[in-house]
Amino acid sequence: MRESAATVETTPHSAAGSLTVEGLEGWYGESHVLHGMSFDIRRGEVVTLLGRNGAGKTTTLRAIIGILGKRSGSIRFDGVETIGMTSRGIARLGIGYVPEERGIFSSLSTYENLMLPPRVKPGGLSVEDVYTLFPNLKERAASQGTKLSGGEQQMLAIGRILRTGAKTILLDEPTEGLAPVIVQQIGRTLQKLKGEGYTILLVEQNFRFAQTVADRHFVVEQGRVVDMIPNAELDANIAKLHAYLGV
Amino acid sequence: MTTIFGIPSQALFGQLLLGLINGSFYAMLSLGLAIIFGLLNIINFAHGAFYMVGAFVAWMLLNYTGLGYWWALVLAPVIVGGLGILIERGLIARLYKLDHLYGLLLTFGLALIIQGLFRNYYGVSGLPYAIPAELTGGQRLPFMFLPNYRGWIVVFSLVICLATWLVIEKTKLGAYLRAATENPTLVQAFGVNVPLLLTLTYGFGVALAALAGVLAAPVYSVNPNMGADLIIVVFAVVVIGGMGSILGSIITGFSLGLVEGLTKVFYPEASATAIFVIMVLVLLVKPAGLFGKPA
Repeated sequence: MRESAATVETTPHSAAGSLTVEGLEGWYGESHVLHGMSFDIRRGEVVTLLGRNGAGKTTTLRAIIGILGKRSGSIRFDGVETIGMTSRGIARLGIGYVPEERGIFSSLSTYENLMLPPRVKPGGLSVEDVYTLFPNLKERAASQGTKLSGGEQQMLAIGRILRTGAKTILLDEPTEGLAPVIVQQIGRTLQKLKGEGYTILLVEQNFRFAQTVADRHFVVEQGRVVDMIPNAELDANIAKLHAYLGV
Repeated sequence: MTTIFGIPSQALFGQLLLGLINGSFYAMLSLGLAIIFGLLNIINFAHGAFYMVGAFVAWMLLNYTGLGYWWALVLAPVIVGGLGILIERGLIARLYKLDHLYGLLLTFGLALIIQGLFRNYYGVSGLPYAIPAELTGGQRLPFMFLPNYRGWIVVFSLVICLATWLVIEKTKLGAYLRAATENPTLVQAFGVNVPLLLTLTYGFGVALAALAGVLAAPVYSVNPNMGADLIIVVFAVVVIGGMGSILGSIITGFSLGLVEGLTKVFYPEASATAIFVIMVLVLLVKPAGLFGKPA
């Protein structure tokens, strides 16, 4: 665990916070989607955003990585205010983004997809490390990226970010539409990453999956965080969570 | 004299060669247009003007500084490509968030201004530019006489087109370009400098046009209107090949040159319209173009 003096100075209420979101407002064109999102993630923590469709979870990730058209408020990463930065600059701070639709490029081979994101920090996985983690990607290296199965595409989307050296990862619905065996494999991968000190912000619909990896859960409703449930208390709060999620 | 389909073989092969030469220019120009459109979403109407400026830079280098054809082949693309980079940074970059139409209008206006300036200073009668001494003369082939310079045009443009295609398909830089063509937002969110990629791509596309201009200078007269005459056909080539398709624009460029050449042999009256008739037919059957992916 490494803490810089700047982190301590600028994030007084959570000294070890590696990502602090405060009063985040966000817009898609004219429609106002985020209404004062506030939450924080400590370094090495796995945190989920839970909530119904359209609550603003994906939008929050897009705002953090800087690809939302219009946003305001405050997003501090390791004490650095990023709200005025371009997505390129934010990525270069060491934040990796795995988008909901996975973002695999059809005009690139699997290998080219894997090699596409530039290294932003030292200490990223080597290609061999990624292949050890996801052996399928090695077999399919020459295939067109979008010819992979959904699970393989998800592995590719995660693997290519692990190569970059980013230690904070924004992961948008990694289990969506995948077979249970693949979901388990992704769960094991996330646990491994957590063990290695990665900080992960996970958007999930499937809170049973989220429960297996997360430390804390933030419940999002209508563009703001309405509740925080520590993972240990999730089972005790199942009824409340069902009400939030409408399941 | 031998004949094929009742046509003297000399005339047939002569027209096919002319077609192949026109096709060389179509291919180089439509390749640049396709790359620019694919990544920048700009329909670069100034492409013909840059081709013309390339030819003029070759002429100026020779007449004002004494630097000959081989120098021009290197310097003109660099100079005109640099001009393209300034135009992209200063003007085009402001339009990316707007409809395609604005880019088309801007570059159309630029083409008119550039052509007007050259017409004002150099007139429209055309300036001569000699074939370099190393490429004068020709080869007497069994079926026709092949002037060396015309053979050079075909070979050189083929090499340039294939090299460009290889760079785009096989290199890391090409992978960035292909990925950014699909999803620039995500590529930027990985930390890639996409605005720089856009600038360099525009500069490269424009440099290709200028290179074609230098290649054309010894065979067509150096004339402010030379680009305007060609660009309309080149746009038809791009539409037939499929907007944004790299290989499509190369293959279509050369093939349509040949088709045009054949039309001149068999039905000369239609030679100027053959490409447009093909364009209409292709749009009816495959609206995304022969090599394009349906949107």
